[in-house]
Formats: sequence, C-alpha cells, structure tokens
Amino acid sequence: MEPVTLKVLRYRPEEEVEPTYQEYEVPCQDNWMVLDALNHVKERLDGTLSYRWACRMGVCGSCGMTVNGTPVLTCATYVEDVLPGPVVVEPLRGFPVIRDLVGDITDFMEKLGRVKPWLIRDEKKSPDEGEYLQTPEEVADYKQYSMCINCMLCYAACPIYELEPDFIGPAAIALAQRYNLDSRDQGEEERMDVLSQHDGVWACTFIGECSVVCPKNVDPAGAIQRYKVSATVDWVRSVLMPGRKP
Amino acid sequence: MSPVAKGAGGRQGTEPERVTRSREPLLWSLFSAGGMASALVLPALAGVLWVAVPAGWVAAPEHGAMLAVAAHPLTRAAVSLLLILFFFHWAHRFRYTLYDGLQLYHLNLLIAVATYGIASALSALALWIVWTLG
Repeated sequence: MEPVTLKVLRYRPEEEVEPTYQEYEVPCQDNWMVLDALNHVKERLDGTLSYRWACRMGVCGSCGMTVNGTPVLTCATYVEDVLPGPVVVEPLRGFPVIRDLVGDITDFMEKLGRVKPWLIRDEKKSPDEGEYLQTPEEVADYKQYSMCINCMLCYAACPIYELEPDFIGPAAIALAQRYNLDSRDQGEEERMDVLSQHDGVWACTFIGECSVVCPKNVDPAGAIQRYKVSATVDWVRSVLMPGRKP
Repeated sequence: MSPVAKGAGGRQGTEPERVTRSREPLLWSLFSAGGMASALVLPALAGVLWVAVPAGWVAAPEHGAMLAVAAHPLTRAAVSLLLILFFFHWAHRFRYTLYDGLQLYHLNLLIAVATYGIASALSALALWIVWTLG
C-alpha cells in the first residue's frame, strides 16, 4: 500500500489561537483502520497529537471523528475506503474543541442525564421476589435503542443540534425511548417533561442524518418520530379528556 | 475560550420565541397527516388524470359524470380534508425551511403566523370552492 497523507486538524491552545491543519505521511498497511494510522502518528511521528480511543472494536464509542467530512468511528473505518488522500481528520462537529481531535462532551453528558436513562419503578420488588421477567417480544421492543454506545456521531451529523444548541439531541431521545419502551420501566411521564418541550422532540425536523451515521443502527430518527406520535396521542387524549393525567 | 467545531451559523445565547408545548402536537400531526395523504393520493390522482387518461388506457370521464362525483357530499368532505392537510403540511415545512434553513430565529413568531395564516386562508378559499362547486 502506498503511503497515505493524513491531514489532521490540530488545536494547541497554549500556542495557537485558531486550529491549523498538519499533514503526516503514514506508511499504512493493508486493512488498517483510520485509528491505526492515527496511532502510528502518535507512536512514531508526533507524540503530541491528542485524540480519544479505547477499545478498537466499535464498542466504547470514544474514537468518533470527522473523516473526509463524515462523522465516523475511526476504529471501524478502513483507510482504503477513504482514499485517495489526503485523508482529512477533524474533531466531531458541534462540540467545543479542547485539544486537537478531543471535543468537550459536557453538554451531551448533561442532556443524557436529563432524560433519566435508567429503569424507573414506582414500587421496587425486593431481591427475594425475583427478577422482572420479560418475553422475547418485550425485549425486541427496545433492543435496537439499547445498542447506543454514546459515540455522539449522531450529534455531529445533526444540523439542528448545531443550529439549536439546546436541542436535547438524537442519542438522548433514543435512549429515553429505550427505557420508555421497556416493559419494566414506569418512568415515561417523568421523561415527558424533557422530551415534549420544543428542545425535546419538536426541534427535530426529521433530516435523518443521525440514523445514517449511527454505527450501531440504533435509528435515533425513528425513535424521535415514534415519540412524536405518542406525544401527539397523549395531547389528543388531554384535549378530549382534560381531567385525565397524560 | 475554545473554538467550537461548528459552521458559521451557530446560534448561541438567544432564546427563541417558542410555539407553546400544547400547539406542537397539533401542528406536527397536521404536517404529518398532510405528508402521508399527499404521498398516497397525489401519485394515484396524477397517474389516472395525467397519464392513464391522456394515454387512452382508461376512457376519459364525461364532464357531467365528473361533476356529479365532485358534487357528492362525501367527495366534497374528502377533498376538503385533503386540501386542508396539504396546506398545513406546506406551512409547517416552509416554516422550518425559513426558521432552520435561513436561520431566521428572531422572526419565529412572524414566520409561524404568516405560514399557518396563509394555510388557513388557502383552506378557507378551498372550502368555499369545493362546497360551492356545481
């Protein structure tokens, strides 16, 4: 394989005001991922390059970057699939850059917590009463949404998140639905306070890029549209039966 | 202050005027129903009236027969519903095209009043035409 030019967006706040591109010639081997090329740079060419990664197998969700303009997991993107070079590697869009390819994910972490992505029960069973059992059909209702690895590619791909920073965002809504659709969960009403606001599901105009870039086929766009339907049904009920709780 | 990896248009700091929580499901359901209805009905209508009839695959209906069908109360009701949904589908789509596409956040209320207002006026006009026809 010919050496590949990586054109990496760098930002070193102690020495520069604006991010700048730096090019590296990387002797890539067959079947290298973009992350392998970055690791080669870090180990052999320039130890000052900063980026996140951990598992190298598409599970941890930390190596998301913009490669040739598209948000991808760099551990799951073959170098040969993004040739010819230079292969442009930039941080994920929509997140403040801390350093080089490392984005500040505070906003996402705060929003994720607001949708309460855990099982909420009105009454908890004691352990000796046994598990909360589910049929395979009940698991299938939410399984797809449980595959989210919080990689934030969907936020980077979402034009609305970039335009409206208060938008709660695709992954947070998909994870809210993961629990709303779980037969063991009773927290839908608590999550509704966040989801049914303008900055919840209604800011979404169904552009659908979140589902296009999702490496786990979670389909956040589908989750959001499903929630819009159930929020509309609740609204119709509240109009027809004003005294009833939603 | 860190640079943000954003396009030039990122809106920060200003709160948009908001369509209140109670109206969003109504507006979205009209939009959604209008999209569904137009996707189902328009291709069928276009197929029959603009392709099948001109190509001679089906006999062109008599004017009197068409008018009788159009004047039937069920037809009037169905066409009225469809047209209203089409207009409100357009209004919602166009509102967000202006709001997000052109980033006219400060004109949100004006855009909403104008788009849904035009849809309401067109709906009234359509109702008048449909129910006075024949």
